[in-house]
Amino acid sequence: MTESNEILTQLTGSEYKYGFYTDIETDTAPKGLNEDIIRLISHKKGEPDFMLAWRLKAYRHFLTMQEPSWAHISHPPVNFQDIIYYAAPKKKSAPKNLDEVDPDLITTFNKLGIPLEEQKMLTGVAVDAVMDSVSVKTTFKEELNKLGIIFCSMSEAIREHPELIKKYLGSVVPYTDNFYASLNSAVFTDGSFCYIPKNTRCPIELSTYFRINAANTGQFERTLIVAEEGSYVSYLEGCTAPMRDENQLHAAVVELIAHRNAEIKYSTIQNWWPGDKSGKGGIYNFVTKRGICLDENSKISWTQVETGSAITWKYPSVILRGDNSTGEFYSVAVTNNYQQADTGTKMIHLGKNTKSTIVSKGIAAAFSNNSYRGLVRVEKNAVNARNFSQCDSLLMGNRCGAHTYPYIEVKNKSAKVEHEASTSKIGEDQLFYCTQRGLNKEKAVSMIVNGFCREVMSKLPMEFAVEAQKLLAISLEGSVG
Amino acid sequence: MLIIKNLKASVNGKEILKGIDLEIGAGEVHGIMGPNGSGKSTLASVLSGKPGYEVSGEATYKGKNLLELPPEERAAEGLFLAFQYPVEIPGVSIINFLKTCINEIRQYRKTGPIPPKEFLSLIREKQELLQLDTNFINRPVNEGFSGGEKKRNEIFQMAVLEPALSILDETDSGLDIDALKIVSNGVNAMRTGNRSFLVITHYQRLLQYIVPDFIHVLSNGKIVKSGRKELALELEEKGYDWVREGRRQETGNRGK
Repeated sequence: MTESNEILTQLTGSEYKYGFYTDIETDTAPKGLNEDIIRLISHKKGEPDFMLAWRLKAYRHFLTMQEPSWAHISHPPVNFQDIIYYAAPKKKSAPKNLDEVDPDLITTFNKLGIPLEEQKMLTGVAVDAVMDSVSVKTTFKEELNKLGIIFCSMSEAIREHPELIKKYLGSVVPYTDNFYASLNSAVFTDGSFCYIPKNTRCPIELSTYFRINAANTGQFERTLIVAEEGSYVSYLEGCTAPMRDENQLHAAVVELIAHRNAEIKYSTIQNWWPGDKSGKGGIYNFVTKRGICLDENSKISWTQVETGSAITWKYPSVILRGDNSTGEFYSVAVTNNYQQADTGTKMIHLGKNTKSTIVSKGIAAAFSNNSYRGLVRVEKNAVNARNFSQCDSLLMGNRCGAHTYPYIEVKNKSAKVEHEASTSKIGEDQLFYCTQRGLNKEKAVSMIVNGFCREVMSKLPMEFAVEAQKLLAISLEGSVG
Repeated sequence: MLIIKNLKASVNGKEILKGIDLEIGAGEVHGIMGPNGSGKSTLASVLSGKPGYEVSGEATYKGKNLLELPPEERAAEGLFLAFQYPVEIPGVSIINFLKTCINEIRQYRKTGPIPPKEFLSLIREKQELLQLDTNFINRPVNEGFSGGEKKRNEIFQMAVLEPALSILDETDSGLDIDALKIVSNGVNAMRTGNRSFLVITHYQRLLQYIVPDFIHVLSNGKIVKSGRKELALELEEKGYDWVREGRRQETGNRGK
């Protein structure tokens, strides 16, 4: 057995520390997908009629669509009738403050390290926590209200700010966009809504924590962020789920809208349950994330650290419509055991002098498959568009796969598009060098991997960079090559 | 400090070390010279625990069976190898790398993490010793370094980690005369108290700057000649052919 394999075996033996399940009474809808279920969801949430009408249109369109098959992933077909589309922790009425929140819920979120309690909020992070289908508590709301910033659950936004929802929901990802986005539009249950008024800099990181707790549940969250002219917001989402044998579906849609001179920074730490060592169970993470730089000088930046999920299918994208707008995508995707990831981005250049940067770091261990898929499209009128893409893959062991599928479509001659790619293995020489300096193999691997990802990690908000580094080490514990 | 008896090592069935006997006392500097392919680097690799060798014989370090320890424990016990070909670790800064190493070693020794202030003044002191500019420690480990920078980085790490036994594997190769002097000064500054060194080199030039207490000549996997520092000059004059086929001879007192 070579050194690499040995370490690989150790690494893959690591445990998922978020795999606990909280026994909370839940209010669930019957399994299955039909118009009645959609009506039930809309009713449970007390939605206005326009929302139900939109959901039903999306559902009818969904029925005409096929699951996409072009991604480099494989899984048995998803039985959409075998999923519970609505599960909510039971409660008497909406909690008005922390004392009214179910203590078991608070324990769950404490285990996850989410600072829900008031005293912990001094860390400067406003959190919206979503358990299964319902947003449990949004912290810091009043402070934000004073600035005119709206940060609340999607359900609440639909009830309280219907004019904004009508204007923006589905404006970047229409319900006809793709199979999973249509499904999401029909059955989405909650998520976060965030509105930053003109010339306002959101003073704290906004954060959402998603957790799938109930069995057989799908989580279909919908997030919408609108940054008005001259505003700035940094938003972070984190995700975990308990260990279960069956696969659970998570099909989210995230839409970002940046007006003139506005900037949105969106960071994700995705750590859904990846399945066990033999590939049993785990979350199917089929997500559509897209932002639009609507007017001049706007900027959208996606940063993602993807370590969880049995299968990841997501391409956070930016439509660069405004002149001089900027799109960025920084990604670390780790796959271990039998995980599959097909992830990347799309940068669509429409405006003049638009710039995009793509930095993707894929790390594959054990039997996993890790693919980067990215599209850079420069349209006719996008004079002087610039793109730089860098895709690096790091392999551990001999049985994993790394793939790169870059697509470049250029329709304007002044465009400058650069693409760099590399594939490397953690060498035994590198490992020996580190162990000779006193590091054990796991420490050595974690150090080498974090070095490999440094460019991306440095884009994360400080508070989360450390957590992300630890997460990387945990995900790869024991897996060197 | 280190007692080696009948140490043999082979790779893929090919025997490279054919029975080495060597004793290094506390505070001693031993030079190992020998022609290419004589097994010098293999000796360094085997002592520091590089995987991939079939090893037999004995190596006792500070009373412990060295050959049973994994490389990180050898390091934590104070054994350091300055690599002939230092490895790049992209994206990991030297300062971060060293801090992690020191703290891992301190954890092994149960002394707790190094206080940041102490660490910084240690780094500053050793940077001056090796005449490194202030930005050096922020560069990723060996990434894009010239040959000379890599070697200097090895000695810098050695100075920071303050090992009890340092093995220098052809540290002089690729160094110009100025860098050689700086590196040698770094090593000589550490020649205090009980620190021991095993200096492996092809040329006697390095041994003019790091003057050893004893010199051994390795040829075809065996020590064929041992002596005092004068042996280096004699070798330079007569060439390795002089000892290549000869049997092990003792010139001068071995001591201990």
